[in-house]
This record gives sequence, C-alpha cells and structure tokens, in this order.
Amino acid sequence: MNELPQQLVNGLLLGSMYGLVAIGYTMVYGIVQLINFAHGEIFMTGAFGALTVYVYILPDGTSMWIALPLMLVGAIVVAVTVAVGAERFAYRPLRSAPRLAPLITAIGLSLALQQAVWAWYPEAKSARTFPSIPGGPFEIGNVTIQTGDVFLVAAAPLSMAVLAYFVMRTRTGRGMQATAQDPDTAKLMGVNTDRIIVIAFALGAAFAAVGSVAYGFKYGQIDFRMGFILGLKAFTAAVLGGIGNIYGAMLGGLVLGVAEALSTAYIADIPGMDKFGSQSWADVWAFVLLILVLLLRPQGLLGERVADRA
Amino acid sequence: MRQRSLIAITAALSAGALTLTACGSRDSGDNGSDAKGGTTVTIGIDAPLTGDLSALGLGIKNSVDLAVKTANKKEYVKGVTFKIDAKDDQAQPSSGQQNSTAFVTDKSVLGVVGPLNSSVAESMQKVLDDAKLAQVSPANTNPALTQGVNWQKTKTRTYKSYFRTATTDAIQGPFAAQYVYNKAKKTKVFVIDDKKTYGAGLAATFSAEFKKLGGKVVGTEHINPDTKDFSAVATKVKNSGAQVVYYGGEYPQAGPLSKQIKAAGAKVPLVGGDGIYADDFIKLGGASATGDLATSVGAPVETLPSAKQFVADYKAEGYKEAYAAYGGYSYDSAWSIIEAVKKVVDDNDGKLPSDARAKVTAALQNVSFDGVTGKVSFDEYGDATNKQLTVYSVKDGAWKAVESGTYNGS
Repeated sequence: MNELPQQLVNGLLLGSMYGLVAIGYTMVYGIVQLINFAHGEIFMTGAFGALTVYVYILPDGTSMWIALPLMLVGAIVVAVTVAVGAERFAYRPLRSAPRLAPLITAIGLSLALQQAVWAWYPEAKSARTFPSIPGGPFEIGNVTIQTGDVFLVAAAPLSMAVLAYFVMRTRTGRGMQATAQDPDTAKLMGVNTDRIIVIAFALGAAFAAVGSVAYGFKYGQIDFRMGFILGLKAFTAAVLGGIGNIYGAMLGGLVLGVAEALSTAYIADIPGMDKFGSQSWADVWAFVLLILVLLLRPQGLLGERVADRA
Repeated sequence: MRQRSLIAITAALSAGALTLTACGSRDSGDNGSDAKGGTTVTIGIDAPLTGDLSALGLGIKNSVDLAVKTANKKEYVKGVTFKIDAKDDQAQPSSGQQNSTAFVTDKSVLGVVGPLNSSVAESMQKVLDDAKLAQVSPANTNPALTQGVNWQKTKTRTYKSYFRTATTDAIQGPFAAQYVYNKAKKTKVFVIDDKKTYGAGLAATFSAEFKKLGGKVVGTEHINPDTKDFSAVATKVKNSGAQVVYYGGEYPQAGPLSKQIKAAGAKVPLVGGDGIYADDFIKLGGASATGDLATSVGAPVETLPSAKQFVADYKAEGYKEAYAAYGGYSYDSAWSIIEAVKKVVDDNDGKLPSDARAKVTAALQNVSFDGVTGKVSFDEYGDATNKQLTVYSVKDGAWKAVESGTYNGS
C-alpha cells in the first residue's frame, strides 16, 4: 500500500483540473439551466490561446516567470471571447426557446469549434507540444510532484478562493445568486440579468482557461480534441457535486479524479476483479460512482439549491 | 421582412443543394474510360488522413501517389492510366467500412491500399472480399487478419482478397522479446496495451515469447486510448520494479505514457512495435524518450539500395509530409496492384476484362518483383514473404537503427 499517497496525489491533481472546468458547467447551469456542451471546446481554445502567446507573440527563450502570466492572460482572453460570443450569438437568441434547442446548438458549436481549430490553427492536425516549466520534480516523502503540476496545485485552490469571494462578497456576485434563485424576481429587483448571464459565461470560461494552461503544463501537449473527453468528465464532476453549486463542482472533480486513480491502482487487487481493474476501466468506475451517488443523493453531493428549485 | 428572410434561406439552401449535386456528378463523371481512348484504373487509399495518426496516414497516401505517378510516367501498363482516390478513415473501423463500400461502388477501383490500423482492416475485409476487390495493407500487423482468429493453432485464410506487405505481430512481438531478453539483458517487464486489435495482439505475442525465454512479467495494464492521464499507471510501473516497459499500441498514447512513466520516477525504457516508430513519438515523449526502443517491419528504408530511387523521387515530388514508417511498404503495396493490373491487361490482349476485380485479386497472389523494401511477394495466407524486422532506439531526438534481422525459432 506504499503507493497510496502517490495515487491519491495523482487523483487529486487530475480532479483539480476536472474541477476547474466543471465550474463553468455549474455556473451556466445554475443561472440559465443550460448545459453548455461546448464548454470543453472553450477550454480547448483557451489552451491554444496560451500556446499562441508563447509561440507566436513572445520572443524565443522568454523566461517562464514572464511567459506564464502572459500565457494565462492569452488563454483567458481567447476563452472568454469565445464563450461570450457563443452566449451572444448561439444561446441568447434561443433563450425563450424550448430547453432542447440550446442543447443541440451547444453540441453543434462544440463540433464547429473543434473543426475550426483543426482547419485553421497552424499544424493543429495532430498534437502540438506545449512549453514546459523548467526544473525537476519535487519529492515530498515518497510522493513525487511534477513541475508541470505545481501550477495546478497553486492555481486550483487560488481560483476557488477568488470565485468564492466574488460570488459571496461582491454586488455582481450577489446578483448572480439572486438570478440563480429566481430570474424574474431578480429582474424586478433591478438586477440586469442579461449582464449576469454574460458574466457567468465569462467567469466559467476564465476558469476553464486556467485549467487548460494547467493541462498543457501537465501533459506537455494539446490538441483540437482535448476538450471533448475532459469536458465530459468535468460535466460528470459538476453533476456529481450537485450541478449549480460551485463548491460542489470542485468537490465532484476531486472525487472523480481520486476515484479514477484508485480504481486503476487497486480494483485489480480485489479477488475476482482483476479483469476490471486496468486504467481502461477507470471511466467505468467513475460512472458507477456517479450512478451510486445519484441513486442515494439525486441532487448530487452538495446540490441543495437544485432540489429547492424543483 | 419575415417573408424576405424565408426567401433568402430557401435560396441559400437550394444553392447548397445544387453545389452538392454538382460534386456528386463530377465524381461519377471521372470514373470509367476517359476520352483519350485509354482506361482509367483507380487505386483506392484508406488511411487516417486527419487526427492523431495522420502523420503515418499521409505518408501512406503520398507514397501510393508516387507509385501511381511513376507508373503513369513510364506508361507501365499500356493503355491504362492510374489515379488515386484517397479516403480518410480517421483510424475508426466504422469510417473504414464506409470507405470500403464507396470503393466497391466505384467500378474503376481495382485495388485498395490500406488501412493503417488492424482494427480498421477487420471492418473492411468482408466488404471488399465480397466484391472480390483486392486490398493490400502496408501496415497491418495483426496475424488474425490473414491467418484467422485461431492462428496460433490452425491457420486458415478467411479473406482471399486481403494481402499485406508488412510482416505480422506473430513475428514482431517475439522479435522484440528476444532483443529485450537476450541483447538488452532485461528480465522483468511491465506490459501495457491499449486493448485494440493491434496493441493487444502485439503485447500478447511479446509476453508469450518473453516468458518462454525465462523473463518475468511483473505487471500488466490496459489503458484507455482516449485519455492523456496515465499517472496512476506510471505509479504502478514505478512500484513494480520492472526494468523495462513493453507497450502494445500507437504513438499518440505511447509518447505521453513514456513521458509520464519517467516523470513518475521509473527510469526504464519503453519498448513498442511499429505503431510507436514515428517521429511524433519522440516529439510527444520529450527529452526523456531517449533510450526508448521500437521494432518496425523491414530494414530502414534509407539503408536499402533498392530504396534510393524511392527516397529521391519522393523528395523530387515535393510532398509536404514525410513518407514515415510505411512509405516504402505503401509504395510496394500500390506497385503490387499495378503489377497485377498489368498481368491482367496483358493476358487479355491489352484490355481490361469485364471481371477485372477478381482477375486482379487472383494475379496479386502470384506477383513477385523487386520493390522498395526488397523482394515483394505473398504467401498462401496473403502475408509478405519478406519477414525482416529492425530494432530502433531514440538517440539525440531521432530514431536510430540498432539491429536488423529476421525472427528465428518460435
């Protein structure tokens, strides 16, 4: 069992990334009850935004200390632009349409964004290498943390803290809570709901952008399809945590990541289960967990608000 | 206002529909005999032209294109002009099957080169065989494709129209095992595969031979090719005490896998088959890929005298993408179809017979010529008679040939 701490760390790191992307699903759902299936692609465009800054804008050999913040800005600018554009042109015209219409638009948009990057981004037909943070891995006891993961370790909790402050303490944040609870009444109270919705999309995209830079550092490569599976996982994390609840999104992400790591590591050791323990089964176990949680707690781990609305 | 936009939409739709119809009619207009009095024969190509494996797929397409251009330039088959029809399978069996159906429908197609993936080949074989349409793969290495699913016990050929110029995993896996155990002196291996036809088959033949030689398999894992996170697997490898990792699968996963295994602290080389023998493996694996090994079919194309002309011609044509791992085999696959067509045309007084497809398939069985990769001919199962393999190692950011040979003993 001496690999347990390492496997937990593996899972928590993977989970933090799911969590960062899941926030976008949860915020948009919490406010407009739309599952933005193009969110995974917004995450992907963020990664390409960061790559563009590093490869095409900054001079060669720029120190990571300078490059990193600029790459983050690049990722956030691109992701937020795409998300706000999607809201304005793909979702807003359909806001009063039946729930299914924007969902289908989202899936179409997801494919369109993938193909756009595939077709127009230079050399994006196969994976592109992402710059790496220099330096060797850190050893804490018998747990190894990669330099590429250090960014994720710092960024995930920091992003959560910023988000919590924003939603709980600022005027706009309270406006978001009000809109989430009852859009019509909020409007009557003078909340500009259109603006709140745009902010929800933008905020979700910004967190996805941070996650996408973390992804690039972690795996050293990005490609036009990276958002699809990750977006699906993040959506699962959002549902697991209780869709609509931002803390739930992070918790759901972490639980999902740890479940994947531990199932890969230990299921095969259970007698009679050796066939179902490999990494290719990790997704299956993640979904088994999701089903169990939804059976026992249909609103998800922290999802009280959705239950209130229903 | 409302009406006007309706008119605009209808106009746009009908314009779109017309364009589509135009495309369709142009396609069918190209087929069959053309105005020059000669006949046009199409060689179909099925390979992943987009997506993760496109580096290999585009190499296949360009090499076949080169073979076709060479044949046309030389007027190798009198009265016949060859052309290619390249279809993208995105490494998906379902796309491969659709492409096969399209090839069967196009009467001018007398042979298909491809696919890259054994799993795609499985879905294409029956469709093409039913139409007696010959298929020559430059890259499939799964033994079951030619020798039937029970190839370890009783070999039976299921599809008479399927041939390949690459040798099989029944030879490649054991060849790697012998190298790793005898030459590299590693006795403890961790075996990982991607559960696909090619990867799982290769890992199985490797493991069997490795155990027979006296080595120990200290762990096995199956990964999901859709994910990029192999950290949990890498941790298992590190704690298993393995001296080497064997991976059955392709480079899009092998590169990150190698990187993550080394990052986890297991300083052991990763060994794979021809599916990881690609420049992109080194790109994805990063600096830590140095020392990783791959076996690939045949001898390195650059070192063969027979390939000099191919390499020079490929350069002269100015293709954007490299010919990659299967360029030589793809050229030879296309050329074997051209040879077969020539035989059929010559036997029929310089004209294509009405049952050209069946005749070409029959003629393929007996072709024999000196190709880019050496002597090209097929045995009774449709497998290449040339069974040479090479071990390559990553050195200074490139694949360097370590040793060529043929697998002996079984």
